[in-house]
Amino acid sequence: MLQIVNVVLRRELILAMRRRGDVLTVLFFFVIVASLFPLGVGPDPKLLRLMGGGVVWVSALLAAMLSLGRLFASDYADGTLEQLILTPTPPVVWITGKILAHWLVSGVPLILVAPILGVQFGLSGEALLVLVVSLLLGTPVLSLIGAIGAALTLGLRGGGVLVSLLVLPLYIPVLIFGAGAVDGAMSGLGAEAHLSLLGSILILAFILTPWAVSAALRISIE
Amino acid sequence: MLEGRDLACVRGERTLFSHLNFALDAGELLLVQGANGSGKTSLLRMVCGFLTPEFGDILWRGEKIGKARESYHAEMTYFGHAPAVKEDLTATENLDFACRLAGIPVDSQAVKGALGHLGLGHCLHLPARSLSQGQRRRVALSRLLLTRARLWVLDEPLTALDQAALQLVQSLLGEHLQAGGMALMTTHQAVMIPGVEPRLLPLKA
Amino acid sequence: MMNGFNWYKYASPATFYTLAGRLIPWFYGAAAVLCAAGLYIAFFLAPTDFQQSEAYRIIFIHVPAAWMSMFIYIVMAAWAAIGLAFNTRLSFMMASALAPTGAMLTFVSLWTGALWGKPTWGAWWVWDARLTSELILFFLYLGFMALQAAIDDPRRADRAGALIALVGVVNVPIIYFSVKWWNTLHQGASISMTKAPSMAAIMLEGMLVMALAAWMYAIAAALSRVRSIILERERNSQWVAQMMEAEA
Repeated sequence: MLQIVNVVLRRELILAMRRRGDVLTVLFFFVIVASLFPLGVGPDPKLLRLMGGGVVWVSALLAAMLSLGRLFASDYADGTLEQLILTPTPPVVWITGKILAHWLVSGVPLILVAPILGVQFGLSGEALLVLVVSLLLGTPVLSLIGAIGAALTLGLRGGGVLVSLLVLPLYIPVLIFGAGAVDGAMSGLGAEAHLSLLGSILILAFILTPWAVSAALRISIE
Repeated sequence: MLEGRDLACVRGERTLFSHLNFALDAGELLLVQGANGSGKTSLLRMVCGFLTPEFGDILWRGEKIGKARESYHAEMTYFGHAPAVKEDLTATENLDFACRLAGIPVDSQAVKGALGHLGLGHCLHLPARSLSQGQRRRVALSRLLLTRARLWVLDEPLTALDQAALQLVQSLLGEHLQAGGMALMTTHQAVMIPGVEPRLLPLKA
Repeated sequence: MMNGFNWYKYASPATFYTLAGRLIPWFYGAAAVLCAAGLYIAFFLAPTDFQQSEAYRIIFIHVPAAWMSMFIYIVMAAWAAIGLAFNTRLSFMMASALAPTGAMLTFVSLWTGALWGKPTWGAWWVWDARLTSELILFFLYLGFMALQAAIDDPRRADRAGALIALVGVVNVPIIYFSVKWWNTLHQGASISMTKAPSMAAIMLEGMLVMALAAWMYAIAAALSRVRSIILERERNSQWVAQMMEAEA
């Protein structure tokens, strides 16, 4: 089992390395969206400090959503997905591997860049730390839940827009607890409650979503 | 070993075929025949378990394929319209990953040998992007050399192949059948395998 | 098993089509009667609220619509689950037939919420926990319908829709909890209509009657929508052809 996850991971990472452009595009999208907010609401440092956590989180949501197309679409188009389903390994195993790879490629870079954006919004040191931790717990959930939407919309007209309609409402709890954690750190109320809620969502999503994705892929491949 | 019982296939509103029965045993080649749109690919996808029959069952060693998923998948291989070749990976990487994911133990020597056998020896390390359509299909077909599957499900394996590759695939099929394997395939070309009389499975609504 | 009564008979679209046709007028009738009774309670029997004057009376539409919008989503998910578990076409059709009614009631509750908010807080929209959850529920309905609309193959549309409905229903409690949490943390305005101290028993009765009316209406609307889905999907089948001939 672990061996298969390992093979899937290696394969996905090699593919991502050969398509570095795609990874960077998502990352720049994240930075650009976050940078638009001060231009939209004005440079008042107090206001920006208040908004910072939420803005970074909303941008992360949008960036994660943008990268969902990469998850299954090319495998679906070139027949790899059929071959994966035909392996003797239970689908949840390689699905977990693919989602993990997706997070490593499109979630982790966001986490690495987020503190820089946080500084631009004037977040305190502690808040920056909480921002990173909340993203660390939250972005895997974005990849997990997003995978359901990506699997359901394979090969559909306007799949990209449709994914956002399906997935964004489901992202809301992650947004609330993620941004709330940063807020809690800024206001001195503490972020533990938010972070532990995010953690429980992560565990729940990790257990349940691969099964839903497996069912969704079966439906889409028919 | 592979058996279809009273199968019916409905796509959208059209019934492609119904009351279809077939059986496939060791050493046999079953050619699915029918015009375009008669449901040949659908039948093969049913045998793979991608499509659920509207009616009827497919059995492998007497067990429904949905129930015997793991053992069935370990014993079959599918070659579909899309060759499952990644443009960004080299020919070697493509074959290597395909085998590893399918749980077939391989070493680099075996991979090189298989690709060499299909006449790809000079482009082992080229990304598949720079290969021609036919060459890509050869990369996909090279899997047949390494898999130990007893059942081959082949959807138009002969298209886009040159004369040499055609010969090669047919001799591969012959060896496979001689060794007690079985194959279910569709093709528009004539299949000539010495010592094997293919059975025909015509499809009609 | 069930002897005597053949459940599967009613699960066949052809039988269900006729049965639904007979039931629909009754449900519409019940909806009309209950709605009239509910509105009578709302406008004539319920006392004027001393804080909010007459404007509060819109809750007789707002609250039942909100209740039903959530209830219908759960029913929809239940049909979806039955469809996925037993592969019954009719269950999938029920799920897709309920979605537009659910979405409409969600929209009604949002709209009446806005109408009620204006005189009460002087704003059309407040980011109150309930209104926000209702808005998200509206998005969930839209997602379900958009997904089904984007898929041409009815079988895939049925199953994909069913799966997203199930995913949605698992998420609804989490979303509701998170929104509530977010709302208390930010000390936003909190509407507690149902917990108003002046809430008289007669008001609750009025809302219940209106909710029943909405329920009956939802059943009638869903049934007639199922009938058109059945006709559309089975237009090439024998029984539809025979029926058309008989009617012509």
